[in-house]
Amino acid sequence: MIEIRGIEKNYGKLRVLDDVSTTIEKGKITSFIGPNGAGKSTLLSVVSRLVNQDRGQVLIEGRSLTDWDSDELAKKVSILRQSNHMNVRLTIRELVSFGRFPHSKGRLTKEDKDFIDRAIEYMKLEDIQHKYLDQLSGGQRQRAYIAMVIAQDTDYILLDEPLNNLDMKHAVEIMRMLKKLVRDLDKTIAIVIHDINFASCYSDRVVAMKDGRLMEEGETDKIINSHSLGQIYDMDFQVTRMNNMNLCVYF
Amino acid sequence: MMDNKRKIVILTLISLAMTLAFVFWGLGPTNWRFFIQTRLPKVAAIAITGAAIGYSSLLFQTVSNNRILTPSVLGLDSLYMLLQTFVIFTFGSTSRVAVDRNLNFFITVILMVLFSTLLFKLLLQRESGNIMKLLLVGIIMGTLFSSLSSFMQMVIDPNEFMHVQDRMFASFNRVNTDILIVAMVITIGALSLTLKDTALWDVLTLGRDNAINLGVDYDRTIRRMLFTVSLLVSVSTALVGPITFLGMLVVNLAREMLNTFRHRELITGSILLGILFLVGGQLMVERVLNFSTPISVIINFVGGIYFIKLLLKESVG
Repeated sequence: MIEIRGIEKNYGKLRVLDDVSTTIEKGKITSFIGPNGAGKSTLLSVVSRLVNQDRGQVLIEGRSLTDWDSDELAKKVSILRQSNHMNVRLTIRELVSFGRFPHSKGRLTKEDKDFIDRAIEYMKLEDIQHKYLDQLSGGQRQRAYIAMVIAQDTDYILLDEPLNNLDMKHAVEIMRMLKKLVRDLDKTIAIVIHDINFASCYSDRVVAMKDGRLMEEGETDKIINSHSLGQIYDMDFQVTRMNNMNLCVYF
Repeated sequence: MMDNKRKIVILTLISLAMTLAFVFWGLGPTNWRFFIQTRLPKVAAIAITGAAIGYSSLLFQTVSNNRILTPSVLGLDSLYMLLQTFVIFTFGSTSRVAVDRNLNFFITVILMVLFSTLLFKLLLQRESGNIMKLLLVGIIMGTLFSSLSSFMQMVIDPNEFMHVQDRMFASFNRVNTDILIVAMVITIGALSLTLKDTALWDVLTLGRDNAINLGVDYDRTIRRMLFTVSLLVSVSTALVGPITFLGMLVVNLAREMLNTFRHRELITGSILLGILFLVGGQLMVERVLNFSTPISVIINFVGGIYFIKLLLKESVG
């Protein structure tokens, strides 16, 4: 379990996170939703030590983030951010191999290679694994990055808008794959997501944020209702039930 | 396509052949004793400089995540020129600090390393990973240093200016054996202490966020790398003069040739190319141009052309 306690973060005078406390429960998919600039991505960055908070604490399995050894933490928590511009030419396989770095320190063992093969297979990239990243479509590249995170094999996986640049088919594939990761491999996933219907259909818990503050959190069914969503996004929502799923209509 | 091992072996052979040609070309039964004595220290100085420049430029490009920068943007070259100008301007070209090569070497190296350590401390301690700010401040300091030295060069006695000018261009013709051994120890020491980190540097090419995600202690790694860079640049500059432009040339050629992100291979390639260029350049200076041109002029000429080519390629790509 990841506990987030009273996190505050300021950029100059702008407060982007204001006393945010919540938990990411083990073995579940937690979606972070909210309008642009709500602080969702920053919160995920704080949890994964990419950004230092000004106040508050993050506990990962009871131990404060600062007490974790950087190496050990990289085997426990992984993060994928939304923009991943790189200055070097890599093939998909080389990129995915980097995911094994916390375990192998650059010397790949047989076991590491198995993990890489499995991650590539999981993301259905076998046929193009020797292609360079700059030859790929946005969706393929996104899948390659997710494969890297899978190869890293951490208990907690944090994804910052993984559905960016993806068409519906690939977006659904990725969400199904995440569900499978949780079910089969007992992973814990936290995801920043903009498409409210994806959040509704695939996540176990939802954390809603707005203006750097926590608005609501709880089981998905509790948050996905017209009243709550209306307050979060300042617009009218209609939530209908179809095939056992709550769907939001807001067009 | 040749694999990279093969390319590195060939590169090694060419550098070796070039070095041997430099040492043994033109030796006869009567003059060999004299020539060996002057040429061996020269070749050693060239090898150290080539290694230090190739290595530090590659590290610097990894730190800054940029392929057309050299460590000279940290302002170290300009600081070297300022120190030399200042010494001749205030104490005169016949003073001990100017004449005593050992003393001059140590003072220069210590001040250069101190300056860069201070720069890193001030700029990297507070804000994690703000490399861009460091580069900007480095460029500004460099400009300040060059302006100060040009000011002194304007008002200096013309005869003294000759001595200043002599130090503006890198040269292997006045290498001192005592300093050479010190420089060798520092360079080889720095290389062997940091070479175990090559896998970390590979990860750094993925950018800060990915590197931290993969468990790299980013701030510490960057500080170590920058310190190594400043140490190597200071030593090689104090040994032969400002020549970091060579770094941009050899590192990019190594990248083009080896087409990899792996630092282990890139380091070998850059060092070998550095040695190859310097030995080749020196051979040309001595045997073809009869010492009429300093080697750094040749390096800057070739490097400049290559730099323009790089810029054109980047803007098209």
